[in-house]
Amino acid sequence: MPRTMITPRLLASEDQTLTAPSISNQVAGEGPEASPEMPKMAITVRGLAKSYGFNGVLSGLDMDVSAGEVFTIFGPNGSGKTTLLRVLATLTRPDSGRVVINGFDFTREAALVRSTIGVVMHSSLLYGDLTGRENLRFYGRMFNLAEIENRINEVAERMNVAHRLDDKVRDLSHGLEKRVSFARALLHRPKLLLLDEPETGLDQNTLAIFEGLLADYRKVGGSVVMTTHSLERGLALADRVAILGGGKFVFVDSSDNIEPGELPGIFGRLTGERQ
Amino acid sequence: MKVRGRVPLGPVWAVAKKDLLLEVRNREIVISLLVFSGLIFIIFNFAIELTSANRDTVGPGVLWVAVAFASVLGLNRSFIIEKDGNALDGLLLTPVGRDTILIGKTVGNFIFMAAALVILFPVFTALFDVNVLKIEVFVIALLTILGLATVGTMFAALSVNTRAREIMLPVLFLPIAVPILISAVEGTARVTEGGGWGDALQWIEILAAFDVIFIVAALLTFQFLLED
Amino acid sequence: MVGAVGPKRAVWLVITAGLVLFTMWMIFEWAPTERNLGEIQRALYIHVPLAWISMVAVFIVASASVMYLITGKRKWDSVALATAETGVLVGTLMLVTGAIWAKPIWNVWWTWDAKLTTTAILWFLYVAYLMLRAFAPPGNQAYRMAAVVAILGAIDVPLVYYAADLWRTAHPELLIGPAAESSGLSSEMSITLLVSVVAFTSLYAYMVVDRYRVRQSENELGELKRDVRNLLYRPAAEPATAATMRGAVPAASGD
Repeated sequence: MPRTMITPRLLASEDQTLTAPSISNQVAGEGPEASPEMPKMAITVRGLAKSYGFNGVLSGLDMDVSAGEVFTIFGPNGSGKTTLLRVLATLTRPDSGRVVINGFDFTREAALVRSTIGVVMHSSLLYGDLTGRENLRFYGRMFNLAEIENRINEVAERMNVAHRLDDKVRDLSHGLEKRVSFARALLHRPKLLLLDEPETGLDQNTLAIFEGLLADYRKVGGSVVMTTHSLERGLALADRVAILGGGKFVFVDSSDNIEPGELPGIFGRLTGERQ
Repeated sequence: MKVRGRVPLGPVWAVAKKDLLLEVRNREIVISLLVFSGLIFIIFNFAIELTSANRDTVGPGVLWVAVAFASVLGLNRSFIIEKDGNALDGLLLTPVGRDTILIGKTVGNFIFMAAALVILFPVFTALFDVNVLKIEVFVIALLTILGLATVGTMFAALSVNTRAREIMLPVLFLPIAVPILISAVEGTARVTEGGGWGDALQWIEILAAFDVIFIVAALLTFQFLLED
Repeated sequence: MVGAVGPKRAVWLVITAGLVLFTMWMIFEWAPTERNLGEIQRALYIHVPLAWISMVAVFIVASASVMYLITGKRKWDSVALATAETGVLVGTLMLVTGAIWAKPIWNVWWTWDAKLTTTAILWFLYVAYLMLRAFAPPGNQAYRMAAVVAILGAIDVPLVYYAADLWRTAHPELLIGPAAESSGLSSEMSITLLVSVVAFTSLYAYMVVDRYRVRQSENELGELKRDVRNLLYRPAAEPATAATMRGAVPAASGD
């Protein structure tokens, strides 16, 4: 049942000190080599560029997320939030740039990257005609997990969806489907969660579960990168926030530095859009 | 172009099994293969008059044309199920190689085609009085659908991300499949015309050679097909 | 486009044009009329070079595609595209001239022998290749897909030929087909054919290079546009922070 609403920021005191070094705008290809202490960093991105045809979506983006951090990305529609997440999730091949995730090189060690990230996208990434359990079992096999059934029960409990796990995904409500999607993303105990507008259209119960999950997840040192349209919620959940525009981050700061009510003005000035 | 040394069988089988489970639940692919092939039989019946003089020679052409066209539908379907809910992205997020996923899909498609043929062959034999229920033809059929499934899965994976995918798949798949189809038709005709292993063997060897070529080509290029 | 032609290529163009004109004179005036086949045999001097170019084009498209998959460099994709587009044009002309030649000699426009079958399949494959490029999602994925199709197409060609050839042998009751055999080429004929091959190859190469350069220009233009858009959007080098945003000067102006 719904957990008490926790504002995760209140919990993560020590983690704040670890907050990533300031982002330096390196020219593409001149970024630092992945140094030995990289595993402390959940994500290091240098000079990332991706275009579709000649629609440059990302151009020379730099990004650092340290382990245990919740990093929220805002941006107007079409600013490339989803593309950035897809690149980080190894679903989209960037045109150039260096990406290191959980200490693994993005191109050479893609399989290791994939086994240490959990991804929730707009679509469920599930087979509608299979039950939640069958979906999870299938993905468990693909991740070559031991004790799949235990894992499935564990994540289903965590997402409070165990009672509907034997229904076809197609028959589930949006909120329940999202919970199974989260269960899918958590199944292999990833160190980094990539969430694309996870809270969109969620009911209160699911939202509460989601927020509780983020808090717990960070406590055990997991990192989260999420995009969202909701400035208020995104800021409340995050250790640091960034605004994407023109293919790069135009704003990056710790959420502690941002005064209450200040973010919409900043967002409007940087992107030309009112939130 | 890196060539993966070894393909893990576990995930390959997991993908194929998942497709089989979906198929057992919906029966979409095998049923469409059967219904569509059956319709092609009927249309051919009017288009080409099969007489006792020509049926053994012309019949195999009808059979394999029906299978080729029907398989386009089945192949398309096998990737549309990956597209809704974007489960394909979910697949790509697993730590197995892209080639592993496509090999799994190929195995699944092979099994669907084989299942359809099990019903199609007796139906064809009954409708046209051309006996294809012979061991030589079975060998030819297995080699043929192996080739069709390999090439077809490749192009279905490629077409699923394009606009007008219903057009792109047959337009790409059928020309490439021509050598396989020629061999299937000829090999089958040798048998239905009354020949035995000796007559079919030439075409069986050719089919096997084509399959090997296409499988190698598919293994080398699978990895390029699924990313954007 | 003409403005983009440098002096070297202008010379090439002039020489090619002269060569093609000279070839026409050779074909229609200088080369003797073939004894058995008559005037129509002169189509050979155009048909054979076109067929030769088509085969070369297949090879170039496939090689460039392999190079693209290995290196990921866009120029290789441009080579493949330029060669394929012009190749489809040449292939179409080859099929048409072939039919024109076949009709009076074989009494049919078309026959399903191995060569013609292969050519027809090949033509469809390259049309499909261009369709795929048009229908594929934008970006590098389209290039990779196209490269895979081009490579498979090239692999398929000999297989189709082999299978069709065997298939033909299996159906010997050929009622139509090459009835009149050529009586061989005289030395004038051989020279004319040779010159024609050179002239048409040069013309084709010119077209490919031209298309390639247009393609590369399109690519450069697209990249420039993208860069300009990004520059307009945000000239600042460092991302802003809450503190800098509170300062008097905004870090960037939106549009």
